[in-house]
Amino acid sequence: MRLAFALRTRLGSAMPSAAPHCRSSRLAGLWAALLLSFWALAFGAAARAETPAAASAASASKPSGPPLRYGGDGTSGAPYIFKDPADPSRTVGFEVDIMDEIGRHLGRPVVFVQNDWSNLIPGLDAGLYDVALSGLEITAAHQAAADFSIPYYTTFGQIVIRRGEMPVDGLADLKGKSVGTLKSSQMEYVLKQAGGIDVRSYDEEIDAYSDLKLKRIDATVMDFPIAVYYAQPDRELQFTGPPIGRIAYGIALRKGAHPELLAQINTALSQMSVDGSLHAILDSWALWSPVMAQVTGDAKPMIAQPVNYEHFVEATQPSGWRAQLDRYARFLPQLGWAALMTMEISILSMVLAVGLGAALALARVYGGTVLDRLAQIYIEVVRGTPLLIQVLFIYYGLPKIGLQLDPFVAGVLALGLNYAAYEAENYRAGLLAVPRHQMEAAVALNMTERQALRNVIIPQAARMVLPPTTNDFISLIKDSSLVSVISLVELTKTYEQISTTYYDYFGTGILVAAIYLLLGLPFVRLAHWAEKHVSRGMTRSSH
Amino acid sequence: MEAQSAGVQGAAPAGGPGSGGTPIVRVEDVRKSYGPVDILKGVSFQIEEGDLVSIIGPSGCGKSTLLRCLNGLESLDTGVIDICGVALKRAPGGKAGAKPGANAEAEFAHAAHLLRKNVGMVFQSFNLFPHKTLLENVMLAPIVVKGTAKAEAEANAERLLQKVGLGERLDHYPIDLSGGQQQRGAIARALAMAPKVMLYDEPTSALDPGLVDEVLDVMKELDREGMTQIVVTHEMRFARDASDYIIYMEKGEIVEISDEDEMFTNPKDPRTRQFLRRFL
Repeated sequence: MRLAFALRTRLGSAMPSAAPHCRSSRLAGLWAALLLSFWALAFGAAARAETPAAASAASASKPSGPPLRYGGDGTSGAPYIFKDPADPSRTVGFEVDIMDEIGRHLGRPVVFVQNDWSNLIPGLDAGLYDVALSGLEITAAHQAAADFSIPYYTTFGQIVIRRGEMPVDGLADLKGKSVGTLKSSQMEYVLKQAGGIDVRSYDEEIDAYSDLKLKRIDATVMDFPIAVYYAQPDRELQFTGPPIGRIAYGIALRKGAHPELLAQINTALSQMSVDGSLHAILDSWALWSPVMAQVTGDAKPMIAQPVNYEHFVEATQPSGWRAQLDRYARFLPQLGWAALMTMEISILSMVLAVGLGAALALARVYGGTVLDRLAQIYIEVVRGTPLLIQVLFIYYGLPKIGLQLDPFVAGVLALGLNYAAYEAENYRAGLLAVPRHQMEAAVALNMTERQALRNVIIPQAARMVLPPTTNDFISLIKDSSLVSVISLVELTKTYEQISTTYYDYFGTGILVAAIYLLLGLPFVRLAHWAEKHVSRGMTRSSH
Repeated sequence: MEAQSAGVQGAAPAGGPGSGGTPIVRVEDVRKSYGPVDILKGVSFQIEEGDLVSIIGPSGCGKSTLLRCLNGLESLDTGVIDICGVALKRAPGGKAGAKPGANAEAEFAHAAHLLRKNVGMVFQSFNLFPHKTLLENVMLAPIVVKGTAKAEAEANAERLLQKVGLGERLDHYPIDLSGGQQQRGAIARALAMAPKVMLYDEPTSALDPGLVDEVLDVMKELDREGMTQIVVTHEMRFARDASDYIIYMEKGEIVEISDEDEMFTNPKDPRTRQFLRRFL
């Protein structure tokens, strides 16, 4: 965050010195608004940076050591790690409780860091957090990429079908049917190995159950805890068949990096298993199962009430429109922060894109053969590869060569570098659209090429590229959602989190779409205004 | 004027010093080609201070290229252009027709920069800066190039625009002005750099016939004030009425340099006679 912060501070301090140059009060008003928003951004970042630490410090009993940061995916992550449906500002789950307990054993406060499930292990390598968990299975493939603790939970795959349909007795019965499961999960592997099953992989469990109800697929096989939380309370669905396979969840650490921490965590988990605290946590989430009893040798019946499970079921029950509205109102602060994040990333990326794009365009048109060629290569490479790959490469790839970036910096960099290529081509077209005679006239007045560019060519080109640049900024606001893959929680990510928590893509979708629209609108207005006032002389006026 | 016109005599390529004072523009054996095409095939002449010289000739004869060479917008393959004591020539080392090296290019650019301090240029298509008002157009170069204070540049620009009859149009953008007004503005813009020699590349060719005179009148006024001016033109009436003498070019060569009366009444060269037949 430090680099991002410095960037923001510089931007903030540059603004006031620019303000006195403005002539009209309207322009000054505009600057003031811009200034205000920049300060709001800076403040927002500061506040956000502090919030998680403060929150977790309160939850740990005696936080004395350095904070233990754990990565997980809170998107539709019940009962593992998820947003409390009754209060989306709280992150809850049985893994949250386990991490809190481990933190107590280690004497360290714990801090949760959001990241996409499929990127949890790369996030360890990127140094984003110390440990990762989110139903990460202890499999050979995972163990090759990371170190794992002893299992904190052992479970199996649960087959779910539509209520009232023919029961299924094991994987053999699923042959020839379409079966939904989670992408990259152990169950996906098991289903594919079984052969003859049409495996449909989903990013979000809730989407798989939804497709099952819509008869788009015939069954689902997912980890038992998922089925307990998303299928069991649903009257349209039912469990069927025997347990599928054996799944053990472990806490992942960066490969070979923290043997002492690994030992401490293993010790804590063993103690929790012996003293019953693990059993109590799992009971409260209604997750204790015969398999756990068998694995731990703990034959005691239920030792705690399933309060957390009941709370979840109650909070996610369909409700009247009144309750629905209350729910949306509760989302607003969370969506507000997310929108701020989106704008922060978008504005800083655009500043980078415009600056670098202009430099590339100048290199192409006026830079001579070598610079032209270099700029051309940059533009072709960046335009010819997917933005998503660039984001992942910069964040997860660069640490391999020793360049480790804060996710915010990486996100801004990836978007900015990508859009710079598009801006460069816009601006090149703008520069070429300025008649050649303009340069000649300036040179004939004895301006150097640099003076001519600055005073004659660029000002004219800038007026011409204003509309396409505005367009690009609007698309950048939307493309900024891609940075959620590097653990930044912006508007689209928040939409996913909220809509999967309540299974409400519809209402939340309209709400979030409206926010995106509102974010882009001021810039469209600003561009119209600028076009009218700045491009004087470029079109015939009335006098 | 008549006495000064004796400054140039005879045709290319000789053109030695004339009977009058020292020449302000000296062109010696300038050659220029684009690939295999020879545009200028050894052009020489001299012009003395205060003269108004018209260059005429059929399209493609090289007259515009010659004019652009005169302020370094085009480089030369051989020869020398000397204006107010600043010489522009092909940098030594490179051989004619070869691509000049980076060093030679920089040297040429430097010489051209020095030379242009004394040379103003007006284009066929005016080329005013569309994003600036007329006043700003005239103020820009002195501020950017010479570092003139804004107030001083503004006062000077206002004076020059008054002089070319545009005192009422200071805050207009070029697009809102007629062609004649734009061209007068372009003359004022060139004058703002206080040149000793003014070059005009077909200054009235893009104008409606009714707007030609207002531009030519400004040039005549400058001639009366003693400005040295070289005009590439198709405006035979202007060449005849206003010039001190006329250079007739064809196929990259100077065919004839004559007193304006003589050129039109008694051209020496048959080629000149052929070209001027419809004007005679």
